Amino acid sequence: MIVNLEGTTSSKISAELVRIRHSVGSPAQSMVLTLIIVCDESEFPSALQASIVAGREHPSRILLVVTAPGRDAGLDAEVRIGEGTPGEVVVIRMHGPVAAHPASVIRPLLFPDSPVVIWWPGKVPNNRTGDELAKLAMRRMTDAAAAPRPLTALRARARDYIPGDTDLSWTRLTPWRALLAAALDQYPAKIRSVSVESERNNPSADLLAAWLRSKLKVSVNRRVSDGPGLTAVRMGTAAGDIAITRPDGLLASYTVPGQPERLVALKRRNFTELLSEELRRLDPDVIYERTVKSLLDGERSTSSKSRAKKASTRA
Amino acid sequence: MLVIFGVTGDLSTKKLMPAVYDLANRGLLPPGFALVGFARREWADQDFAHVVHTAVKEHARTPFREEVWQQLSEGIRFVPGEIGDDQAVSRLAQTILDLDEARGTGGNHAFYLSIPPGLFQTVVDQLRSHGLAEQHPGRWSRVVIEKPFGHDLASARELNRIVLSVFPSSSVFRIDHYLGKETVQNIMAVRFANELFEPVWNNSFVDHVQITMAEDIGIGGRAGYFDGIGIARDVIQNHLLQLLALTAMEEPNSFEASQLRAEKQKVLDAARPPKRMDLHTARGRYAGGWAGGEKVRGYLEEDRIPPDSRTETYAAIRVDIDNRRWAGVPFYLRTGKRLARRVTEIALGFKRAPHLPFGQTDTEELGYNAIVLRIQPDEGVTLRFGAKVPGTQMEIRDVNMDFGYGEAFTESSPEAYERLILDVLLGDPPLFPQHEEVELSWEILDPVLDYWASLPEQPEPYEPGSWGPKSADLMLARDGFTWRRP
Repeated sequence: MIVNLEGTTSSKISAELVRIRHSVGSPAQSMVLTLIIVCDESEFPSALQASIVAGREHPSRILLVVTAPGRDAGLDAEVRIGEGTPGEVVVIRMHGPVAAHPASVIRPLLFPDSPVVIWWPGKVPNNRTGDELAKLAMRRMTDAAAAPRPLTALRARARDYIPGDTDLSWTRLTPWRALLAAALDQYPAKIRSVSVESERNNPSADLLAAWLRSKLKVSVNRRVSDGPGLTAVRMGTAAGDIAITRPDGLLASYTVPGQPERLVALKRRNFTELLSEELRRLDPDVIYERTVKSLLDGERSTSSKSRAKKASTRA
Repeated sequence: MLVIFGVTGDLSTKKLMPAVYDLANRGLLPPGFALVGFARREWADQDFAHVVHTAVKEHARTPFREEVWQQLSEGIRFVPGEIGDDQAVSRLAQTILDLDEARGTGGNHAFYLSIPPGLFQTVVDQLRSHGLAEQHPGRWSRVVIEKPFGHDLASARELNRIVLSVFPSSSVFRIDHYLGKETVQNIMAVRFANELFEPVWNNSFVDHVQITMAEDIGIGGRAGYFDGIGIARDVIQNHLLQLLALTAMEEPNSFEASQLRAEKQKVLDAARPPKRMDLHTARGRYAGGWAGGEKVRGYLEEDRIPPDSRTETYAAIRVDIDNRRWAGVPFYLRTGKRLARRVTEIALGFKRAPHLPFGQTDTEELGYNAIVLRIQPDEGVTLRFGAKVPGTQMEIRDVNMDFGYGEAFTESSPEAYERLILDVLLGDPPLFPQHEEVELSWEILDPVLDYWASLPEQPEPYEPGSWGPKSADLMLARDGFTWRRP
């Protein structure tokens, strides 16, 4: 059932949620979290779709917040219950002065005493840690790959990391990391060098490089390929390379020295799968924290090295 | 016959009149039922009928039916005047007498005092001197009074003395609309009709209880009533302590009024205010800002609030119950205006499992088990426990199992006032607190109010649409708990 409310308030939206649930006669509901999605009109359809599908694995109250500037205050809502998701979806459009106080609208709508997750599918507020909606959430998800300048965005988020942050460019790496860890379990050799290949401007590849550097304590080469996305990781050992190469974004070949080459399905995943995966764990992601730290540390040391080199050549 | 004093008030139009109509619509009112309004307005019967009509159309829960309205409107009368004015009261007495004749109400009258307690003395005196309070065999004369039942123990005793000087105790109905809620009665059903809950309903399993009554609105037009009274007197003394009594009391021998009252009294007698007022009470006052998508005024900017007001709009206190069942279990009561959401609930928080055979990160998100009795707006029971997140990992998180009364039973549950008015007409008082309970409640709250009055500072401001002041969070943090986000 879809109900539109124009010129409404939070308490009217709450009342409508209760009313619809009663009239639909849904049995005991069992929602586990509130997912706040902040997006603009252009990102809205895909965000809605992804959240509805993710809501099947994690029955949630999904609050889609679309803000727009303007002079007059306005608050419209669209309440969807039983539309392809076991949870509840409320699309909330705010404009004018209300849009400057979104938390005042959202706070009353949070599902009682359960975790709150916020996701920015596209644009992320500049002062993310101070953002009033972000403060309502215990987990904050961003996607650097969707930013106009992905690598800069990733670094900005790494710099103001607070526990509970995740970037979907990190989530995209889960199968890669699992495969690389499995390879080293199978073939526990000393790694001498590592290279990570991807298309230009790929934040996931930077994160993977940072992760490998922090885990293996070796320097990591970044190489640019034609993509799509991440195309290869090679770890050099005395007996040859451990390599995972995925030239087509679908099927990877997996090589370990002394063993036949194997094929592994390593499809690039869509938003829905990424979101479902992230929602499984709601505690802060400690490995991600270490990785972003390594990403910044690595660059600080290389930049200071190159600066030192420059200085010495100048001298 | 229902006679309402102060019929122009908000409560009257929003709750009483619609409830009367709904009762009529359900066929629960006697055919000769009459409604008399008394207030300081120059209205004729038709004007009043029009007011009732509008109120019913706007606020009644059952569909509007012309024939029901016809039945009801025949018995509607209005008497203008001041309560202190003998002539006006004589006219009222005459109107009542005429109606007794015309409608065959049999001399049964209920007087509903929807007026400030300061006027009680006058009203009660007038009723007596005009012979309206007389008790005759075979007919009844009852008085209905609303909260606040006094503003402290002394004034409550005085009020009781005034009312009891004219009406016998069994004819005095103290309306607490919360106690008419289906769900309050359901507390008793959940507790005493089941084997599942009662065994864990004690300090061996429960480690704390939170009772919340939050409103998302401000004081609105009630400045005159609210300022100087404050929310603790307005809500904790009656609603929250009654909910506490129903949650914590022992099982009554039966649901007869006297039995139920005996148990409630016993537990209220065992309840005591915090020893350290500075650590276990908190108060606040809403500031201006944005709430629920609207720009709202702070308490001090509301109409007719003096700038030096020290009235609190948020109050939280800890109450301990000194008996075998509850010793060591703090009961936290909180209430406030302009909080995030309108909600009333009782949450029993359980101790953690003594041993968790899982990895530490697996249970990081696991909170404590809870039974939540939701009183409004989404009436029901929630059970909260840990469950595994689907997937290959062993990850445990809290899930809520919600039972909604609204969904389980299709009959729309009667509004609290309907239930209460019906009980008054039938003379069935189990849900109404007697004066002993009222006095016991004041004994718990009075020390807190005295402490607050002794403080030099103003109540702590809190953001409108939030969950109250910082000091309230600190109050629970000291005991190692956190408030639920209800």
